[in-house]
Amino acid sequence: MSRPIIPLANLDTKAFWDGCARGELLLQRCRSCDAYRHPPAPICSHCLSAQHEWVRVTGRGSVYTFVVVHETRVRGWEKLVPYVLAVVELEEGPRILSNIVNVAPEAVAIGMPVEVTFAELDGTTKLPVFVLREGKERRS
Amino acid sequence: MTRISGRYAIVGIGDSDVGRHLGRSGMALHLEAATRAMADAGLDRSAIDGLITRPSHGTPQFNYSAVLAGQLGIEPSYFTDVALGGASSTSMIIDAVAALEAGLCTAVLCINGDAQSSRAPNRRGGLVNWIEDFERPFGMLGAPESYGLAARRHMHEYGTTSQQFGAVAVACRKHASLNPAATFRTPMTLADHQASRFVAEPFRLLDCCPVTDGAAAIVITSAERARDLAHAPVYLLGLGQGFTHSDLAYSPSMTTVAMRSAAERAYAMAKLGPQDIDLAELYDCFTYVVIVTLEDYGFCKKGEGGAFVEGGRIELGGALPVNTGGGLLSHGHASGTLLVTEGAIQIRGAAGARQVAGAETAIVSGQCGVTGINVCLILG
Repeated sequence: MSRPIIPLANLDTKAFWDGCARGELLLQRCRSCDAYRHPPAPICSHCLSAQHEWVRVTGRGSVYTFVVVHETRVRGWEKLVPYVLAVVELEEGPRILSNIVNVAPEAVAIGMPVEVTFAELDGTTKLPVFVLREGKERRS
Repeated sequence: MTRISGRYAIVGIGDSDVGRHLGRSGMALHLEAATRAMADAGLDRSAIDGLITRPSHGTPQFNYSAVLAGQLGIEPSYFTDVALGGASSTSMIIDAVAALEAGLCTAVLCINGDAQSSRAPNRRGGLVNWIEDFERPFGMLGAPESYGLAARRHMHEYGTTSQQFGAVAVACRKHASLNPAATFRTPMTLADHQASRFVAEPFRLLDCCPVTDGAAAIVITSAERARDLAHAPVYLLGLGQGFTHSDLAYSPSMTTVAMRSAAERAYAMAKLGPQDIDLAELYDCFTYVVIVTLEDYGFCKKGEGGAFVEGGRIELGGALPVNTGGGLLSHGHASGTLLVTEGAIQIRGAAGARQVAGAETAIVSGQCGVTGINVCLILG
């Protein structure tokens, strides 16, 4: 990636990005109602509890929707097109916005099984991105 | 103001923890205060249908009231941000009373404060999207990508096609060709649309509204005064605001969205239904948005918006002319305000070659937040 955009951790999101740096996908789980949530947030929107724990999840999911980006006006990114921007529905329930990598964009479809991997951005920051899970049935 | 004196009261209060270097985000403190205030009032969050907020200075965020509505799991019928510095705390109260008096909501939650000693400096400057760290690093850099995610999902769930998106673009261009003020007036065919290059597939170039300059303004006064002024009044018959999500990727549904509750509220206020509407001016930053708006505004069933826009039905002379001035796609952007003025021009009967014969009612859509935030007007 020629000009990576580095995520800036804040007080609500630091644990997530620290997990990524270790190669672990973490989600918040509400201590009150056990609901997983993403992106990280101070309270549970199901029950309003502020008590949560960080849980390492499987990183498996399926493509919920996606676009193939063919054009961008952001400098540096024009060298990366076409790329696949996707919403992945994780096995634990929450969705996560990410990329589907190591696959021809025309081969991507809704329902395709994927799993997380981590792309190094700048030596200290890693992005959770997804690759196809081979030999799995599609679902939608 | 005397007639509202004594008609509204503070019924719940909630302070967050207060101190130096608490190590918590401004949003965390806002949410703590909010939950305490609702508990103090003895009101379940389902009773809160008004929300007024002010973003933290450390992380000034777009659509902050919508972000907090999502966090609180509520779908208010009135929500807004204020930006009056230290006066925000009291101006919020005035805004709340105004919204209550107007009948737009029945219980308003006002939230203000900041994490001044713990917040990170605003390293980017300007307003930010609260989850942009979960978007931009992945290359979600502009609107075509985010709306494209919704459009793809609609295609998947309902079989909507790129040709149907194209029918929206063609209708808008046809109407713009009759509007001397429109930016893009050269006729466009469905073949032109299909031949245009992909930007954020499934969107082609001609699915995306161009960047244009322009503005529009509107004067509103009482019906009483309006009768003595230069033009026949265009009455505000219905107003409705709706919310479903501040971030599309995480919305429970990507294809049944804020347009639905906004329109239901506007229809209820106007005592009208979709069958009573003569024309529609629908926010069309992307062609797809017109299709989902037509569905959620009740002009067709969910999933049938693609078929609805085909066959000239939304063109002048069709059953429901849409975006009679050309819309954002071909007239101009102006943040959608040209749709409001065009609706009024049509009701005045002053639209010339693009006039909808006998137009008595117009529905207007303003939206943002990738279909999660909608405000619907019914003019007549």
